[in-house]
Amino acid sequence: MSVPVALPFPADTTAGGFLLVLAILVPIAGILLIWSLGSRQTERIALATLAVGAALAFAIGAELLGTARPVIYLVGGWKPPLGLALRADGLSVALIVLTAIIIAATGLFAKGQFGFDPAGPEKRGPMMFWTLLLGISAALNLIFLGDDLFNLFVAIELVTFTAVPLVCLDGRTETMRAALRYLLFALLGSVMYLLGTALIYSLYGTLDIVLLKQVVQPTPLLFIAVALMTVGLLAKTALFPLHIWLPAAHAGAPAAASAVLSALVVKGSFFIILRLWFDVLPDGVSQFGTQILGGLGALAILFGSVIALRQARLKLLIAYSTVAQIGYLFLVFPLATGTGASEPWASIAWTGGVLQLASHAFAKAAMFMAAGLVYDALGHDRISGLAGAARIIPLTFLAFGLGGMSLMGLPPSGGFSAKWLMLNSAVGEGQWWWALIILIGGLLAAGYVFRVLVPAAARPRIQIKAKGPVSRCRELVALTLAVIALAIGFIPLEPSAMLQIGRGVEAGVLAP
Amino acid sequence: MTFPFDTATLYGLVGALLIGIGLFGLIVDPKPIRKILAFNLIGAGVFLFFGVVAKRGAGAGFGGDPIPQALVITGIVVAFSATALAVTLVQRLSQEEAAASDADGKDRP
Repeated sequence: MSVPVALPFPADTTAGGFLLVLAILVPIAGILLIWSLGSRQTERIALATLAVGAALAFAIGAELLGTARPVIYLVGGWKPPLGLALRADGLSVALIVLTAIIIAATGLFAKGQFGFDPAGPEKRGPMMFWTLLLGISAALNLIFLGDDLFNLFVAIELVTFTAVPLVCLDGRTETMRAALRYLLFALLGSVMYLLGTALIYSLYGTLDIVLLKQVVQPTPLLFIAVALMTVGLLAKTALFPLHIWLPAAHAGAPAAASAVLSALVVKGSFFIILRLWFDVLPDGVSQFGTQILGGLGALAILFGSVIALRQARLKLLIAYSTVAQIGYLFLVFPLATGTGASEPWASIAWTGGVLQLASHAFAKAAMFMAAGLVYDALGHDRISGLAGAARIIPLTFLAFGLGGMSLMGLPPSGGFSAKWLMLNSAVGEGQWWWALIILIGGLLAAGYVFRVLVPAAARPRIQIKAKGPVSRCRELVALTLAVIALAIGFIPLEPSAMLQIGRGVEAGVLAP
Repeated sequence: MTFPFDTATLYGLVGALLIGIGLFGLIVDPKPIRKILAFNLIGAGVFLFFGVVAKRGAGAGFGGDPIPQALVITGIVVAFSATALAVTLVQRLSQEEAAASDADGKDRP
């Protein structure tokens, strides 16, 4: 078998390339500072680091939009296939900005919760939370910027190692059991991914995504490799039927941690699947595989929503709704792999998928935060005991409701735009069955959201009292995220030009 | 005795066998500690496979390709940290469970 020789990487470090390195290193510097200065300064350092991280994310975005080319940094000046490249295209930038905003909001939400208690003894719990939050931010940025499949493996492992301890932060037996189950699924996923990278390396002698796109050929071994990696990543993304670790893990974690886990962590592994299927595999050769992924997504939507309808506890309901909403993400695969004639529909589906990812991230973070506030206010999160709760904490339920609106796909909201684009492309491509699933999923989502909102907004028979005070500031953080999820709906409904920067044909002709 | 295939293929087959045994253990065995061991077996198989890839070498006529070996070293570090984290979790869990069962069985003789 003749091995195609990988060409040298087609670009050099660009002017803004150093920003990419900073995006990964700044959170890590924050962690080092936290551990060297002790718990007294933890919260201040962490919040400052998150603010710098957000500024860097916007700077990378400005650089990308300014030059309309991917931002690239070659580590040590070595070109792939020997060296490693960091590369931000339109999709990476969208995710980096999204991650920075949500993690910064989570930091504000958690402020005070995991703060330093001047009266008490020095404790490790708060330091752990902030360390893990910064760790997740660094690891996710590494995923979004990584251009090397093995580099992505290391990044996804970092995400796992920071996410698992977040699940069992409170040290209760149930949460530790949930964390262990999550870890075992994640480990299975990581070895399968690693085996896939070995196979791909044996085929082409490089793991750089840009170079692979130039040399890949549709051989059976490549498909086996991508199948192994995809299944491994599905276990980490919690797509049905590999979702069974998710509800206990996401529902058991502290509210601030759940928000990050549900909104961002599962998207990290999903992002790598996107890279594999759209940026590594040759165009239009994987129709069969995409239909399977879409089918699993459809099952996830139906199954997750129906189980969410039957939950007795608010946090579990939100966690099962995550299972369902992850399903929508996978409808991108059958819809966006159009060839030739259906090209406009494919790029519409692609934009819809990214909008779904973003709007779900904001909406779900807001809803988990709202659930945490409900718990603070009432001392429980049983849905049967929520009657009249919206009179005590109206802003919290407003945030929950606005987030729910986006999940249902009511206009105007990010969820509506996403589902509308996907619906259009499903009908346009003649794959009407996906349209049906999207509509049914929306109705089921309405069912589980109203199951919470209707009793909460009703006049209660007996006046319920708040168990504890709810900070207005934390309510506003949740509300802001929900409003952003809504505001995404005002982005014009058309294939986004930014998301196309550095993708497809363009990726190969970077050099002017 | 001579093998019907070269060493690289033999190593590849052994790697595949290890991965198979590990996968079986990870899915079938209910005990967490055995699942962790099974994960390490799969890991060993995958690392062996990287060795095979290095020997077969995509490079131009070298005795071996150094890149897969570099990847294996990183992979081992990652697998080691994963194992450490998992074992710590199992240990904490078993301590909690022992404490819980002590509290239950206090009135027993």
